[in-house]
Amino acid sequence: MENMLSILVFFPAVAGLLGFVVEKESARMYGVTVAAIEFALSLWLWFSFDMSNAGMQFVEMIPLIPDFGITYYLGADGISLFIIIMTTLMTLIGMAGMSETRNVKNMIITLLFLEMTMVGVFVALDAIIFYMFWELSLVPMLYIIGAWGGPLRIYASIKFFLYTFAGSLIMLVGMLFVAYTYHDLTGVWSFAITDWYALVLPVDYQLWLFAAFFIGFAIKVPMFPFHTWIPYAHGQAPTIGSVILAAVLLKMGTYGFVRFSLPMFPDASVMAITPIAVLSLIMIIYTAMIAYAQKDMKQVIAYSSVSHMGIIMLGLFAMNAEGLSGSVFQMLSHGIVSGALFMLVGVIYDRRHTKLMSEFGGLAAVMPKYAVIFGIMLMAAVGLPLTMGFPGEFLVLLGFYKISPIMTILAGTSIILGAVYMLRLFKKSFFGPLNNEENMKLKDLNNRETWSLIPLVAIVIWLGVYPKPVLEPIDNSVKALLVFMDEKAITKEAKDMILVSKSNKGGA
Amino acid sequence: MLEPINVSLESLNLITLAPMLIAIAGALTILIIDLINSKLDKSLYVMLTVLVLFIDFGSVLGLNVNERGFFDVMLIDGISIISQLMIIGGSMIFIPLALTSKRFHEYSYPEFFALFLFMIAGFQFMVASDNLVLIFVGLETASLSLYTLIALHNRANSYEAAVKYFTMGALAAAFFAMGSAVVYALTGSIELYKVAEVMATRLHETGLMIAIFGSSILLLVAFSFKLSLFPFHTWAPDVYEGASAPLAGYMSVVPKIAAFVVSIRIFGMYIDLGLEWVRWTILILAVITMTLSNIMALVQDDVKRMLAYSSISHAGFIMAALALDTTEGNTSIFLYYALFMFTNLGAFTMLWISRHKKRRFNKRYDHPYEKFAGLIQIMPVGAVIMALFMLSLAGVPPFSVFWGKIYVMQAAVNSGYIWLAIVMGLNSAVAAYYYLKLIVYMFLMEPVKDVDMVYYNISKPLMAIIGLATLATVAAVFYVQPLISYLYYMISASGY
Repeated sequence: MENMLSILVFFPAVAGLLGFVVEKESARMYGVTVAAIEFALSLWLWFSFDMSNAGMQFVEMIPLIPDFGITYYLGADGISLFIIIMTTLMTLIGMAGMSETRNVKNMIITLLFLEMTMVGVFVALDAIIFYMFWELSLVPMLYIIGAWGGPLRIYASIKFFLYTFAGSLIMLVGMLFVAYTYHDLTGVWSFAITDWYALVLPVDYQLWLFAAFFIGFAIKVPMFPFHTWIPYAHGQAPTIGSVILAAVLLKMGTYGFVRFSLPMFPDASVMAITPIAVLSLIMIIYTAMIAYAQKDMKQVIAYSSVSHMGIIMLGLFAMNAEGLSGSVFQMLSHGIVSGALFMLVGVIYDRRHTKLMSEFGGLAAVMPKYAVIFGIMLMAAVGLPLTMGFPGEFLVLLGFYKISPIMTILAGTSIILGAVYMLRLFKKSFFGPLNNEENMKLKDLNNRETWSLIPLVAIVIWLGVYPKPVLEPIDNSVKALLVFMDEKAITKEAKDMILVSKSNKGGA
Repeated sequence: MLEPINVSLESLNLITLAPMLIAIAGALTILIIDLINSKLDKSLYVMLTVLVLFIDFGSVLGLNVNERGFFDVMLIDGISIISQLMIIGGSMIFIPLALTSKRFHEYSYPEFFALFLFMIAGFQFMVASDNLVLIFVGLETASLSLYTLIALHNRANSYEAAVKYFTMGALAAAFFAMGSAVVYALTGSIELYKVAEVMATRLHETGLMIAIFGSSILLLVAFSFKLSLFPFHTWAPDVYEGASAPLAGYMSVVPKIAAFVVSIRIFGMYIDLGLEWVRWTILILAVITMTLSNIMALVQDDVKRMLAYSSISHAGFIMAALALDTTEGNTSIFLYYALFMFTNLGAFTMLWISRHKKRRFNKRYDHPYEKFAGLIQIMPVGAVIMALFMLSLAGVPPFSVFWGKIYVMQAAVNSGYIWLAIVMGLNSAVAAYYYLKLIVYMFLMEPVKDVDMVYYNISKPLMAIIGLATLATVAAVFYVQPLISYLYYMISASGY
């Protein structure tokens, strides 16, 4: 099917519209079925994907506003393919495991619209279409946090919206300037990203534009010091909101760096290595320390998720195949692992209506299944070998070692610090004496919860042991990206820095 | 002994006058019908007005581009045609809003509809001429009718609004007259194309700069009143609040289109003459206008006042595009208003159908935010539509105003004013907050319990108008392309 991606984008939206008709009691089953079909479609995308082709596939192009160069232009490559699959998977799992009972129908419809915008962001190849999905994704999330969240939900949702909106408007000005430059040089208006790739910009332009795009993406990631919205968003969001936010919405920021910043501004990217690495290190270490200081389980997970986003950022700017591939792989593992962890915290919150660690202790005795799954996900988050968290983190550190060994060692502390706060969380909640009366009678995972978490456990172990089927297509596209950046870079420093890993060029 | 003047009928090119005459004839017909039978229902007059406007619209479409007529005072160029089309189109979607389910004072008078048509004729004269006197006459005809239309709403604060608007309007008219007088003294002409010629030759005379400066400032002040630019914007929120909601929405679009066309003619001329300080004055005014009114809108308690400040801010946005003085800049003015028209009128209509005879939520305001609290639970469709309008106004893609915004910003970038594009971006981010505030009230708050019916004033015609506005807002992406190419063609054809 040529128009596979359009179907993938608009199927959830159409389903969402039709969902208004579905009766309240049946809305949940409707949502899960639709999400399952969408997931199946994304798997189909994977199977019909040509693994040896590093370029864009399933390309669709319909001129929308030709006078202004805006085209409905979609495509997927090895980098976006798995993020799309991860998006549909996490939506499905999140929906299946959702325990929300208030206003389920509205929630399902909102989630389906959100799914459209998320898939849209990852397949858009026209800057304006990308921007459109990017902005639209804010609205359903605003509603999810604001309507189903905790006591401070309205403050949190507005903060989330305004932060991202302000950043992306700066990015929009950047996009308009690129389009203007493109028009200046070629006489044609175009917002197609692939057209923009061909544009060789002078270094000072690159720096300014890099800064403009950086603000838009960094707020979403969220990079230190733009991260202040995320504790509120996670703290107030309902479980499903946190799952989607951590698993998918944050990836939009890092994906934006791969899709826009790196190939369009290679010289500026190389110049930005050190500042970004420093910010990422601060992010990794500082938020890990904050995570350690938290009393609330969900906040620990939230800060650990920010801390791991730092690793992803570091990998993106390693400028070699190991770092970039590892970083993209880490996006997937972060999505699955942090999504699962938020779901797990949701499980205990449903039972006890508290997330404070001091309330728990000895849970392993009453909830063995829960403790096992929590433990596995925790290990994956820390980056234990043979879990999905390991290959990505390892490759990132390996890649960045070529840039700066010292920074890499500092970044490596994330594994140690991560282990410290995560194990502390695990110890406090699951081991020790079972003192609290209320915890004595807690029920273990029910069927719905178990069966929505088991697939994630399976994936975490499968891709931890054998990451090749996923890593290979990513690696292909990443190498093509690096070769392209290397050819396009104009300064000598950039050319030296961007390693088109010589060993890979000839041999494997 | 004077020579007898010979004028051939053909050289008058009377067809250029036809659109205005149709509107005036329609108005007179309505008055005559009232004389014959004074017990007729408002629905008759509404439909007659729509029909007259329909013919008017058709006659404008039939005009040829770049013609002069009637002793060369009429100028039918691209921008006069597109602005007339927009004025008439906006009026056609405005006037059916009179068909509410509840009775309102003003619509029981057929004079309302006659005055409305006179006003449209006034606007049409204003945009279809480059003769300062005819512009003045058109402006005053339209404004005097508009003052009366506001006062007809028959409430204490609509009288206040009308008088306030009248006073400010009179002041603006005085500034306009003085500015034109200085221009005439400088150049001996009141036709802008001749003014431009003479001024270009005299630009280097010593001591003349102060007079040119004075004339431009006087005219700028006059139009700042009309366009509600800082620091002459203070009347706008009060007037919008006093006027009925649809009329407020109408005032934020149609009179401004007319005033923008005249501003393009006058200030475009000054900028073309190479007077950079005119450009900078306009730019600075525009930036202050959009920023200040955005900040003011943040603290409003009433949705209508918030929308009033927001439309001031949008006007500031567009004024900045005017200062660019490029074809793209001018195209963006019309594109923006064409897209903004539907959304803004839709938003004001949503207020209109929620209008009660008494103020049930707040002693001071008709439409406090509390009124819309929890609307998603009471009237889900109404809440979703209102949210769409708010998102569109905030500039969220793919809704209509986004395309206008991005085109304005692109025009600014293309002319090298990147800082302006960034200021616009930041302003949009600030503006998002107050639009979001209404969405938050509608979707995330609990309804005020003791109140049952928010949409009290609803009727089928109003629903149809809202449906049209929603469609135009949501499906903008599909008609932006033909719209841009048409506007761009018309504007470049008339040399702006």
